[in-house]
Amino acid sequence: MTAVEVEARREAAPAEHDDTAGGRASRPRGKRRLGPGKAIPFGYLIGPLLLLGVWSWGSAAGWIDPRVLTAPWTVAATAWDLWESGRLGPDLLVSTRRFAVGLAFGVAAGLALAVVSGLSRWGEAIVDGPVQLKRSIPNLALLPLLLLWFGIDERMKIITIALGVLIPIYLHTHNGLRSIDGRYAELAETLRLKPAAFIGRVVLPGALPGFFLGLRFAVTASWLSLVVVEQVNATSGIGYMMLLAGTYGQTDVIIVGLVLYGLLGLGSDAVVRLAQRRVLSWRRTLED
Amino acid sequence: MSLTRGAPRADAARAGAVVLTDVVKRYGRGPGAVTALDGVSLDVAPGSFTCLLGASGCGKSTLLSLVAGLDGLTSGSIDDVERPVAMMFQESALFPWLTVAGNVELALRVKGVGRAERRRRAAELLDTVRLSGFADKRPHELSGGMRQRVALARALAQDASVLLMDEPFGALDAMTRDLLHDELERIWRERGLTVLFVTHNVREAVRLGDRVVLLSSRPGRVLHEYDVDLERPRRIDSTPVANLAAEITDALREEVSRHAG
Ligand SMILES: Nc1ncnc2c1ncn2[C@@H]1O[C@H](COP(=O)(O)OP(=O)(O)OP(=O)(O)O)[C@@H](O)[C@H]1O
Ligand SMILES: [Mg+2]
Repeated sequence: MTAVEVEARREAAPAEHDDTAGGRASRPRGKRRLGPGKAIPFGYLIGPLLLLGVWSWGSAAGWIDPRVLTAPWTVAATAWDLWESGRLGPDLLVSTRRFAVGLAFGVAAGLALAVVSGLSRWGEAIVDGPVQLKRSIPNLALLPLLLLWFGIDERMKIITIALGVLIPIYLHTHNGLRSIDGRYAELAETLRLKPAAFIGRVVLPGALPGFFLGLRFAVTASWLSLVVVEQVNATSGIGYMMLLAGTYGQTDVIIVGLVLYGLLGLGSDAVVRLAQRRVLSWRRTLED
Repeated sequence: MSLTRGAPRADAARAGAVVLTDVVKRYGRGPGAVTALDGVSLDVAPGSFTCLLGASGCGKSTLLSLVAGLDGLTSGSIDDVERPVAMMFQESALFPWLTVAGNVELALRVKGVGRAERRRRAAELLDTVRLSGFADKRPHELSGGMRQRVALARALAQDASVLLMDEPFGALDAMTRDLLHDELERIWRERGLTVLFVTHNVREAVRLGDRVVLLSSRPGRVLHEYDVDLERPRRIDSTPVANLAAEITDALREEVSRHAG
């Protein structure tokens, strides 16, 4: 009680007006400890489950109009129907393949460019500018040009996705490369490492933390680009399925598509994070 | 034992494994510049064990990194007839993403040693520094002293004829340090290495060195050179070692207080 009063007075005094509510609101901040504390098992699921809970509750209580947002169980039933009738499987497969192939090409290109530009001044002078330029142009704006150049086939979709993936991989790997401790380079020098060994044993492992951060952005970028290419121009894939459902007013099918995108995005991010924890086990960070 | 001033010597007499002539090293420019070394001349004979002593910040690490070729001189010259040089850094620099064995094996891989042979040699060296059970651990799982020992194993794996060591045993307990002194002395004699050894511990310097070089502080110059003519093997707690160490400590204390005052 006294503490609250003291806090309130401290808050109110400089402002010269009584602001007890503001003083109270800021109190819990003082209780924080340094660092995020122990990891919660499956903690990353709590937020999405909470959202699902609110959605279910709202639908059951009749607060959410099913024409606006279909109830979760209807969505589940629709998904099952689509799967049973063999309409969902092929679309899901096509979308996942585009995601994976685009990601693979984008990661390879981003990594190669980052190494070239990170290790040589000339490489940086040539590569960095165009990448920064591409960075400032959204994929959506490039789409008309890419359509003209590559037509509407798979190639154009893969290239669009790869272009979106390349940017975060390049930026974060390049940054990771450049912030490798100078002592490691000195050490490599006294060990007389040859350039190939220097890149393989020092540069790439040292840049891995940056690369993984880039990869998490890249996975998201890959799904985002996928949504764009599938909705603008496609005859298959989840996006196409949703587009079609839109013209027939099938809200439930649209929601199935959205949920699928969400689940796939969440799932692939979890995979990247797991790999990150495995590969970067030599680091000691707040994460542990 | 005899005592020599660090005066310039006749050039004709110089034929060491590493010869430093009037080495000057300045960091930075203008009024903020720091002169770390100011005219250091030193003759390190092939197969000798030279210990460098001096107050903190007097330029010992700078001297080693110049000899290792990691940094350029401001003026003067360093000539070495014996290459390559192996370096053990002050902060045990290990690659954190490699295992203990991986760090040691990297030095062997560079020389084209085959996989099986690498494994065997790394295990042998880790045994030498008493870390046999830790081959598959990562550096962050080791104590500071253990990391220093891994760095020692790696430096030995390089099989260089000149070994530069920057306070290699600073984080070790007295017992482990004594054991590693014996090992280092044995390896030094067996391989005929030339060792340049930086330490803060005067007794350690006398225990190991053929010669102890005392550096002055800011700017770093050679203040005294002591030849240690004590019979090997020596014990760090023997009376002759203690006597010479006391003499050097007095000189060092005088130098430090001159600077503080
Ligand atoms: N990279 C650098 N840039 C600027 N000044 C430096 C640099 N490295 C060393 N110095 C300066 O040179 C001087 C000598 O440093 P050095 O590291 O060689 O000391 P040291 O004798 O090894 O000390 P210690 O015993 O504490 O390790 C110090 O005054 C330091 O501030
Ligand atoms: Mg030092």
